[in-house]
Amino acid sequence: MSDIKKFMFVNRKAPYGTIYALESLEVVLITAAFDQDVSLVFLDDGVYQLKKGQQTKGIETKNFSPTYRALEDYDVEKLYVEKEALEARGLSEDDLLVPVTVLSRAEMGALMDQQDIVLSF
Amino acid sequence: MLHIVNKSPLTNTALENCLNVAASGEVLLIEDAVYAATAGNAFEVKLREAMGRLKVYVLQPDLEARGMGDRLIAGVTAVDYGGFVNLTISNNTCQSWL
Repeated sequence: MSDIKKFMFVNRKAPYGTIYALESLEVVLITAAFDQDVSLVFLDDGVYQLKKGQQTKGIETKNFSPTYRALEDYDVEKLYVEKEALEARGLSEDDLLVPVTVLSRAEMGALMDQQDIVLSF
Repeated sequence: MLHIVNKSPLTNTALENCLNVAASGEVLLIEDAVYAATAGNAFEVKLREAMGRLKVYVLQPDLEARGMGDRLIAGVTAVDYGGFVNLTISNNTCQSWL
């Protein structure tokens, strides 16, 4: 593969209230099938997507949170979470469904600058 | 009267705008607004202030969908869909802060 590109998916929305989180996940899986260098970042309300214990039976909506745990099977292993966003929501790394790398806002900005392609959700 | 909010307090000002205006009565948090009633979130202080003059409810199925069923702030009352309907009946008027 001569031209693997660095793809970043920027997730900033809470799950279920809007369709963004689910749509992002769909596109991530498609991208992964093309052997690209994929990173997922979770900023602002996007960190809520990774909260453990989601139970959607009561709202009759598909619970897509287990899909985040399947990402490593598609070799999507770069998940980054904004430290300040977790803190503002009373969350810690232990509250999350999957292992992640926690980065400061400044580190997030630097990581964003290294990408070839950025997709916004 | 009943005030209904459905936006996250940390990325939208709808709840803050609601609390700035609502003098008394009841507030129901649904969809992404339920995050306002979870322990440790940055809007918690403002919600607690408002709870002095407003009765605050949260829609339990929306809380559970978001994995926050065990994080509800004390003093906020959880209701199911039947409870949602009852609130709209027991109040003469209703404002949705879209």
